[in-house]
Amino acid sequence: MNISWYIVLSALLFGIGAVGILVRRSPMVILLCLELMLNAGNLALVAFSREVGNGQGQVFALVVMVVAACEVVVGLGLIVAIFRRKLPLNVDDLRELRG
Amino acid sequence: MEAVIFFLAAIGAIAGAIGVVALQNPFYSVLALVVHLFSLAALFLLLTAAFIAAAQVVVYAGAVMVLYVFVVAYVGGGGEPVEDPIHGQRFLGILVVSFLFVELSAAILSSALKALDTHGPDVPAGFGDPAAIGNLLLEKFLLPFEASSILLLIAAVGAIVLAARRREGAVP
Repeated sequence: MNISWYIVLSALLFGIGAVGILVRRSPMVILLCLELMLNAGNLALVAFSREVGNGQGQVFALVVMVVAACEVVVGLGLIVAIFRRKLPLNVDDLRELRG
Repeated sequence: MEAVIFFLAAIGAIAGAIGVVALQNPFYSVLALVVHLFSLAALFLLLTAAFIAAAQVVVYAGAVMVLYVFVVAYVGGGGEPVEDPIHGQRFLGILVVSFLFVELSAAILSSALKALDTHGPDVPAGFGDPAAIGNLLLEKFLLPFEASSILLLIAAVGAIVLAARRREGAVP
């Protein structure tokens, strides 16, 4: 398979994740869609690493995985804290910081 | 053969991604994301990135998804209103993102990177295996490696601070 197939697939997956962030209201599903977008970036990084024939892009992908894990941990901690305070789990209602 | 595996994995990845976005119950969204992650691992194997594929399955589909399932079980799903707060939000979102996709694809396919239309160069047998990645991480990318470990530590401490149960009367 040509590398461009992988890159176009990664653009498509990124787009699906972006649609999810735009249309969903539950913070948990928004975190899941962020995962989709980060994974699409990972796929592009690994595909470009194969295109150049160099393993460095795969190290980038590993670092992206670490960042994604951190984001999940902090995001889920926030969701649990919101739930404990009995606030609605809906990003349209949680807009005090929006100004 | 490679093309068959690619298209199967690509269909799995796209179906999983659409499932994450479209399913109303967050628990089913998490399960769809697991399907997506396994398909991506197959794609990584096709790209001769064995270690990344293994890390994807073990770390993501194993650990991170278990965390999601626990939180979904604790918080409970549903409760998301079906109607849009902004009229036509869904349609507009899909429209904007399809423009983004067309633009990204056009940028990729018209780029001057000649190797995009090939399989990529022939790589040695050990390309992308744990030994090669470990060598890169501990020699060339030692500083990013240590920085990401510190980031993980900060995230763990932050999650404990955020989610810890506080004493009665304590300032929230």
